[in-house]
Amino acid sequence: MSGHEHHKETFVTKYIFSQDHKMISKQYLITGLLMGVIGIAMSLLFRMQLAWPGESFKIFEVLLGKWAPEGVMDANIYLALVTIHGTIMVFFVLTQGLSGTFSNLLIPLQIGARDMASGFMNMLSYWMFFLSSVIMVGSLFIEAGPAAAGWTIYPPLSALEAAQPGSGLGMTLWLTSMAIFIASSLLGSLNYIVTVLNLRTKGMSMTRLPLTIWALFVTAVIGVVSFPVLLSAALLLIMDRSLGTSFFLSDIFIGGEALHYQGGSPVLYEHLFWFLGHPEVYIVLLPALGITSEIIATNSRKPIFGYRAMILSILAIAFLSTIVWGHHMFVSGMNPFLGSVFTFTTLLIAIPSAVKAFNYITTIWKGNLQFNPAMLFSIGLVSTFITGGLTGIILGDSMLDINVHDTYFVVAHFHLVMGVSSLYGMFAGIYHWYPKMFGRMMNKNLGYLHFWITAVGAYGVFFPMHFIGLAGLPRRYYNNTNFPLFDELQDTNVVITVFAIITGLAQLIFLYNFFKSMFYGEKAVQNPWKSNTLEWTTPVEHIHGNWPGEIPEVHRWAYDYSKTGEDGEYVIPGQDFAPQTVPLQDGEEVLHH
Amino acid sequence: MTTLLAIIVVVLVAIAIWQMSKIFELSQVGADKSQIANDKDNKLNGYLMFAFLIFLYVFMIYSMWKWGSFLLGTPASEHGENYDLLLTISFILIFVVQFITQALLHYFAFKYRGEKGKKALFFADNTKLEMIWSVIPALTLAGLIIFGLFSWVNVTTITEDDDPIIVELYAQQFNWKARYAGTDNVLGKANVRLIDIAKANILGLDESDPYAADDKITTELHLPVGKKVVFKMRSQDVLHSAYMPHFRAQMNCVPGMITQFSFTPTVTTADMRLDDGIVEKVDGINKIRADKRAKGEDADPYEFDYLLLCNKICGQSHYNMQMKIIVETEEEYNEWLATQKTFASSMGLDEETKTDDTLAQVIVSDEEAEIMGVN
Repeated sequence: MSGHEHHKETFVTKYIFSQDHKMISKQYLITGLLMGVIGIAMSLLFRMQLAWPGESFKIFEVLLGKWAPEGVMDANIYLALVTIHGTIMVFFVLTQGLSGTFSNLLIPLQIGARDMASGFMNMLSYWMFFLSSVIMVGSLFIEAGPAAAGWTIYPPLSALEAAQPGSGLGMTLWLTSMAIFIASSLLGSLNYIVTVLNLRTKGMSMTRLPLTIWALFVTAVIGVVSFPVLLSAALLLIMDRSLGTSFFLSDIFIGGEALHYQGGSPVLYEHLFWFLGHPEVYIVLLPALGITSEIIATNSRKPIFGYRAMILSILAIAFLSTIVWGHHMFVSGMNPFLGSVFTFTTLLIAIPSAVKAFNYITTIWKGNLQFNPAMLFSIGLVSTFITGGLTGIILGDSMLDINVHDTYFVVAHFHLVMGVSSLYGMFAGIYHWYPKMFGRMMNKNLGYLHFWITAVGAYGVFFPMHFIGLAGLPRRYYNNTNFPLFDELQDTNVVITVFAIITGLAQLIFLYNFFKSMFYGEKAVQNPWKSNTLEWTTPVEHIHGNWPGEIPEVHRWAYDYSKTGEDGEYVIPGQDFAPQTVPLQDGEEVLHH
Repeated sequence: MTTLLAIIVVVLVAIAIWQMSKIFELSQVGADKSQIANDKDNKLNGYLMFAFLIFLYVFMIYSMWKWGSFLLGTPASEHGENYDLLLTISFILIFVVQFITQALLHYFAFKYRGEKGKKALFFADNTKLEMIWSVIPALTLAGLIIFGLFSWVNVTTITEDDDPIIVELYAQQFNWKARYAGTDNVLGKANVRLIDIAKANILGLDESDPYAADDKITTELHLPVGKKVVFKMRSQDVLHSAYMPHFRAQMNCVPGMITQFSFTPTVTTADMRLDDGIVEKVDGINKIRADKRAKGEDADPYEFDYLLLCNKICGQSHYNMQMKIIVETEEEYNEWLATQKTFASSMGLDEETKTDDTLAQVIVSDEEAEIMGVN
């Protein structure tokens, strides 16, 4: 790899069709943030509808046009908003926005590589992601409205235009966008895997990798295993829609006539979808957990507790995640015996998850905690991960799932455990590596303000949802006014929406900080957080090939924080950390090779 | 004009937050301009961590006190008690773990907030600790899994040995029908391809199947108390889910296949209306509805009824796809069933003449008729 030769760069090759992993990482981040703004704005719109059903809002009329006659939101666009919000947040923000950004930034920098294994594939991956984002956002503007069958797009609802208007062109665009998205994700993931396996610098054994890299690496593996299955589901659905095949459809009477479909099964689609859909939860979550591991260790000035146990948990979670998809289908009509098996495998996941949570807490114990904004978001992540994860014990149990399935209890659970947690992980990563990405620092006080409003707001939004779920309120209801039984839940819905609006607006503080610091932030020093990992040995100004001279050699693991010799003195006198590039000292005890 | 105003308001709010961020940022200009946390930041955020722990506890306890009454209350089916027991055990467990772990996390964050010159403890590994927090969750979960699976097998093992009532639940955009198996207690064959709207064969029953003749199609679900019911679910168009929360029962309705669920109702609607929890709930709801009426909204006084709701997104009117369930004594049930028309009579297949009110009974509105292609 001799990427550091100088060749002439134009604006286009530097900023647009760049093959440099650091630039591609920024492209992912900014695209992801823009998608995040759209996704969160949508949630505020449908939260307003839920709090004040049937009320006329000018903002609906402005933003939704003919879908909000006289400012009253239409039922079809409500479902569309819910659908696209889910799709954008899960795939565009928390999959490619998160993994794309940090895999690209951190894999070469933390393993000691000049760039990704294939810069071209990497560029292709980003531009396919960009194209799929454009198509997804574009689908919002078509005549019949975007896809509206829920982010899981179960057929026959998603297959038949007669079933709902969004299942026409809107669904076609959704499927097209996702097909391109999956190709993008696969190109990216293959690149990450190959890079981690082949391009580590001298001395960087797998057991010396920072946990961020382990998490991003395993995430890529899960992606490669499961995304193709979603692609096949999407292709079969496209065939059912356009070519008249019957993979997922059978015995349907709609619009006054019986359709020709015979012999297919929507349950088959559900299996294919969740074969990706569940691992997807970990595709979203593992990078956040990896980022958090790194940030908590660095800011606690302590080694991450149980490094090997953390790797084992990541591997266990990854393996188990591919054999638990059926817990989304306990009441789908599949054989109840399968339900038993999936209950068993699902609850097993609680064990590695518990190990991770306790290891984080032990890492903090007796530390010297530096509350940088990244650290706050990491602790916030552990908190929401525990709160959201615990209710998984209820949902993962087939017996208990019967009555809470598809209610707001589920909405509360997955938003806390994977939505909020992963967003926190993403924020933590941005605050922490901003100096590496942009050479400047973000304002810490705005970071604190951002965190504390968000921390209170996120609980304010999602904690009450457990209760309206236990009351039996189904999700994806446009309003609850047809059920007097649910009248008593209305005030709670208002509380949730008020918290949501406050929390949503608080994200503007972050955006301000993010964009302003890019140009006016304090200039960063080379290693602002006194970190051990390799990325902080590169110069602040980005250069091709990352290191001006030789790639540094690695002599130790990434977590020698506050390590002392027998004399009680730090390994390097006067500083409480020993970067990976520092050779072992005489008589130093070694933990990991 | 109002549109313009709305845009301006939104833009102004955004600008206001932007400016407030800026003011906040400028007001922080002090001696230390570094954007890396110093002792002051650590102290402030350490205390805030502690405050957040208190907020969490207060908020959780307040939520339980304020919204705990939302829970569904007395279960109305035999397996429901078992369900609630398992749910309660799981929740107690969750609360204990939640209270302890959140306390540890935030208290440690508070206690070990950074100070210049403080030494952190180099503590990288401890197999014993790792074992403790793998084995304890494993054992606890094993208990939950065993309890859960026994109950699950119990609920999902559906036999027809003890002569249960067989009822079909039929879902279509956007309403429910029930089909009773009649005196032979065998549902006649049916397929959506046999639907004949003109003849009001709206569920696609096979006219040539003798078992179909005595089937009865209704728009309300009546169940006798204490008698096991086996539901056979069908869907005509898209996925639906038959959700009967008070009975702790749910199963998807899938086009192209018949799914099933079974339970034994234990409390009649009349008795449930006298249940303490329900009385309190209904009182609360009626207060809300009285307020609504006072504001001129359309809100009749509410009386408790069991409900069947659609719980799988099915299109535009998903949010209003419901059917009333009435649990009554066996005599009342038999009386009610006797007044329902058999399929044969409604189709004019036997000596009885077809009556118009059958059609009126099964097709509940013009809108629905339009969906089914009648008009």
